[in-house]
Amino acid sequence: MRAMKGISLKKVLEFVGKVSLFAFRIIADLFSPPFEAAQLGRQLAEVGSQSVPLIAASGFALGAVMTLHTRSTLVMFGAAAEIPTVQSLAFFVEIGPLVAGLLLAGRVGSGIGAVLANMRVTEQIDGIESLSLDSFKFLVVPRVLACVLAMPLLTLFMDFSGLLAGFVAESAASRISFHLYITRAFDSVDWSNFIPPTLKTAVFGFIIGTVSSYFGYSTNEGTRGVGKAATNSVVLSSLLIIVSDVILVKCIAFAFPGTAL
Amino acid sequence: MNHDKSVAVSFDGVSKSFGTKEVLNDVSFQAPAGEALCILGRSGTGKSVTLKLIISLLRPDAGKIWIEQDETTSLKEKDLSRVRRKMGFLFQDAALFDSLTLYENLVLPLIRLTNKTHEEIDFIADKVLRQVGLAADKKKMPSELSGGMRKRAGLARALVFEPKILLADEPSSGLDRITASEIDELLLRQKTERQTTLIVVTHDVHGARRVGDQFAVFDNGHLVAYGTAAEVEHSDNETARKLISEY
Repeated sequence: MRAMKGISLKKVLEFVGKVSLFAFRIIADLFSPPFEAAQLGRQLAEVGSQSVPLIAASGFALGAVMTLHTRSTLVMFGAAAEIPTVQSLAFFVEIGPLVAGLLLAGRVGSGIGAVLANMRVTEQIDGIESLSLDSFKFLVVPRVLACVLAMPLLTLFMDFSGLLAGFVAESAASRISFHLYITRAFDSVDWSNFIPPTLKTAVFGFIIGTVSSYFGYSTNEGTRGVGKAATNSVVLSSLLIIVSDVILVKCIAFAFPGTAL
Repeated sequence: MNHDKSVAVSFDGVSKSFGTKEVLNDVSFQAPAGEALCILGRSGTGKSVTLKLIISLLRPDAGKIWIEQDETTSLKEKDLSRVRRKMGFLFQDAALFDSLTLYENLVLPLIRLTNKTHEEIDFIADKVLRQVGLAADKKKMPSELSGGMRKRAGLARALVFEPKILLADEPSSGLDRITASEIDELLLRQKTERQTTLIVVTHDVHGARRVGDQFAVFDNGHLVAYGTAAEVEHSDNETARKLISEY
């Protein structure tokens, strides 16, 4: 039993070491030429614009449901006027960044993991290397950078979709005007409630890109490895997003005390 | 070991393992420049690994590998890139980049690694596509190509740098006899017209005997026979005799 624990701990540490080295290599390669602008453009379209429908639809549904749930309680305490404020703060500070991160981990993380693993299995990565091209710079770095750049933008889509749905739900119940809803929604929102939580999602993007690229790029289990890489990418990315969110929330609260609700 | 100019590839005591599985054990041979060496052996005996060691996609655990005058096991990535450009690799399933068209697959390394103009790059791409009979298909995606066309496309990509050494992993696998024969013909033309050194891993003895000048037979990670077809036919090793004389 003790031996088993020893082996698994060793494997965990080995894994952490390998992923960390992978992440450091990405950071180092980000700043060294040649810069893969065309590949980055392709990946931004794949990661960013193609994720917009999912993010916007999810944000809209979540925003409507949240208003429906919170409304009765706030009305009970005579705080119906606070509904827009609660909605905007909840979305800007936490729901938007976290849910957008988890959704992207599911959609993009599995995609990156499966695509790179498939390229490994079908020897496409070996093919690129055999042509004296750096497959890591060509395949991994643009994907991670695309995730980092797209994540905050997708979070904005999530935030404003949620807010729009909140307005639709609230106006159906109370006939509130759009102008009044927006005024109340932004009344209590400070830049520190908006900018740091949105920018923290760049870290989520780095996690999604790095973890899923690691699983895909380093697979060595044939076709079985493709499915495994996709699953592992989603599971570990999601877990790390949640863990890093706790840490980042604490860091943001420390740096911007006004952020805390 | 002799590394004169008449030798294109040289293995000196090369061993390679994956985990506890020993794939190659103390393998030494020399592939003469401008000739075709066919590597035969049963599945899992290290034939494809040998090709990947030659082009440095894998590193040996022990031993040395020379590509012409360069000892590659001690080279850094930058120098390896220079040595790799002497070689072209035809992968078993062509390994074309599946999100790019055939034309884009061919020009990608030329754009990245050379200072050639667009016109020069177009000229090279068109030339190799004509050589393999795919000039009309350059706008197709790899998924739109048949098995034989994919092989020819993979060969075209392997030829864009006009390599001195062409490595081919199972060039006829999954192909009918006629298409396999066409691929063999394309390989032979590289040898006769451009004096390209061919190193071909194959299970197809018929094709191997047509293309090959020298034959290496692997069994259980060991090189058990090496020489001309006649020499391997009279080898002491039973597996080698069976493999070269089958069909």
